[in-house]
Amino acid sequence: MSVSHANPFNDRPTYRIAPTRGWAPLRLGELWEFRELLGMLAWRQIRVRYKQTALGVVWAVIQPLSTMAVFTVFFGKLAKVPTDGVPYPIFAFAGLLPWQMFAYSLTEASTSVVANQQMLTKVYFPRLMLPLAAVAVAIVDFAISLALLFGLALFYGIWPGVAAITIPLWTLLAVITAVAASLWLSALHVRYRDVRYTLPLLTQLWLFATPVAYPTSLIVSERWRALYALNPMVGVVEGFRWAIIGGAWPGWLPLVTSAGVALALLLCGAYYFLRTERTFADIV
Amino acid sequence: MSGPAVIVADRVGKQYVLGERRPFGVLGDSLIAGASAFVRAFKGGRTEPSPPSSIVQALDAVSFEVSEGDVVGIVGRNGSGKSTLLKVLARITEPTSGQTLVHGRIGALLEVGSGFHPELTGRENIFINGSILGMKRREIVRRFDEIVGFAGVERFLDTPVKHYSSGMQMRLAFAVAAHLEAHILLVDEVLAVGDAEFQRRCLGKMQEVSRAGRTVVLVSHQMGQIRRLCRTVLWLDRGRLRGLGPTEDVLHAYEAASISTEQQSSGGTFAGWALDDGTTQLVDGAEPFSVRVRLGLRAPIHNGHLRVAVLDPDDEVVAGWGFDALELTPETPHVDVAISQLPLRPGVYRWTFALYDDGNDATGGRLVEQWMAMPELRLGGTPHGHVQDDWAGWLNVPVQLHVPSQSGDLASDCVASSTGTSVI
Repeated sequence: MSVSHANPFNDRPTYRIAPTRGWAPLRLGELWEFRELLGMLAWRQIRVRYKQTALGVVWAVIQPLSTMAVFTVFFGKLAKVPTDGVPYPIFAFAGLLPWQMFAYSLTEASTSVVANQQMLTKVYFPRLMLPLAAVAVAIVDFAISLALLFGLALFYGIWPGVAAITIPLWTLLAVITAVAASLWLSALHVRYRDVRYTLPLLTQLWLFATPVAYPTSLIVSERWRALYALNPMVGVVEGFRWAIIGGAWPGWLPLVTSAGVALALLLCGAYYFLRTERTFADIV
Repeated sequence: MSGPAVIVADRVGKQYVLGERRPFGVLGDSLIAGASAFVRAFKGGRTEPSPPSSIVQALDAVSFEVSEGDVVGIVGRNGSGKSTLLKVLARITEPTSGQTLVHGRIGALLEVGSGFHPELTGRENIFINGSILGMKRREIVRRFDEIVGFAGVERFLDTPVKHYSSGMQMRLAFAVAAHLEAHILLVDEVLAVGDAEFQRRCLGKMQEVSRAGRTVVLVSHQMGQIRRLCRTVLWLDRGRLRGLGPTEDVLHAYEAASISTEQQSSGGTFAGWALDDGTTQLVDGAEPFSVRVRLGLRAPIHNGHLRVAVLDPDDEVVAGWGFDALELTPETPHVDVAISQLPLRPGVYRWTFALYDDGNDATGGRLVEQWMAMPELRLGGTPHGHVQDDWAGWLNVPVQLHVPSQSGDLASDCVASSTGTSVI
């Protein structure tokens, strides 16, 4: 399916509908054409999420704060995880922020295609919009939490340094990782409903394999840092934490490793998604 | 219509591998299949040849062209590939062979309201549904009042859709879709739901759309709808194109084919019908006529019941009669049905005969046989109903309108007679 412009109706697009063979092209022009749909889908999810809840949008703040509180009690106070003098709540929150964006994207995006099968089997639109909208919602949550984090940091007397200007960079890396994993899981979920049952375990294991509740130095020696950073969320969390509360520069090697893995995951995730999307309506 | 072609389909095919459409692709199944293959290999047994995968050819080399501004109806029995064809044209599912060129933006109303969210208000849903269908925000804003007016939900715009009646949801959904600015509109059985008034409005909207020069491709089981809306009909039979051409030609062949399928199961109780003169030609419904139905009974009928019904193109009964306390034997050669008049709009009607033994349908009689009479009943005569199809109805009786003149002089009264059209 592609758009060409040689047709008797000059002012109209012409679509060629034929089986796709080999590499499916990423139709960027079409994604741009449907950009409003992306916004609408994200907006719908945001509108719906806290309907019929007593606290409403306050939940967006309570959720990261309560996780932070639990971490502070168990890891900070009871296990006494060392944080190089940074107050543990700030330490944990700076890690939780990108993590929760990632985890939320994963949970919502993985079910997004299946949950919208009504739409999928009745209307044409770029299927990529569904997981992307889920990630977009996670980004909105992330923005709210980020404001909260700045407030919390000031409360503990921590002023963000020059490093704070790199925050967009880490955010971008976090988004890339989230999109990559979301593409994989949402496409897999169409064929294998097992994804739904595997996901809670997967995110839990992934959380503990990422330096959110503890500093990397606590469990990984310098030699294995690059290997550890094959988990792209390692680079994201370390970079982000460094940008917010300063401390030791995490080093280029783990960051580049994480970024490389994230990009590779994104490319093959997009390939897998575009390859399988043509059969979504048949097997969903 | 012979405008330039907007849809050019060239040998379009769609195969489904059975099993691929299973509701759940379960990893476990694949694992079990893998494991059992392993066990077989380990036991040293011959690896069984994998069974020939069952392939369903939902569409088989279907080629056709649709001209600009045409209204095309797709007919065919269930499972003949009608919906698959629409889904391929709408780019919801990919064909497995062939290619189609489509010039212009496609709007698909395969099932309206598929993007509605029950928790959101009517207003919010209009925007979301519109953008799912491919409308731009500007476009929705511009046509918002029109959409709301068509759906008739002004007072409930800020109420969550979950509090709407199902009829209101339907209307709103159709209203959004109908205002989509597409060059080509694909419609799948949407009009099968909703009350009569709303269906009338939808039909009107579709006629308006086609008059505006837009192209419509419509799937319907309601032959009446197809006759009213379509100029061209495409007939699919088990995935293949079996007919394509002017509505009446194709529908006639299609209906004849489906009737003859029904007739094959006939038990021979009814052996045919004819008019007084032995023919089955056109009759004038305004005049009395008699129909002789030949019988071929195998057993005597006591306290029998004969039902005669004339059907409209949607197979709804337009006129029906019942005759009780019949005593018939295998020797009874025929019965004569004398009809004093049948003032229906001129056209071709399907009609049925049903014979019951020992009582009628309501009193527990046994159905001996129901027969879809062939050939159809062809009614001629002068049409008197409204010229507009929507307002003509089925009865065909002459009516005059008298407008008195100012002077009160009867001789100069203005008298107008209604003149109408036939069904077909």
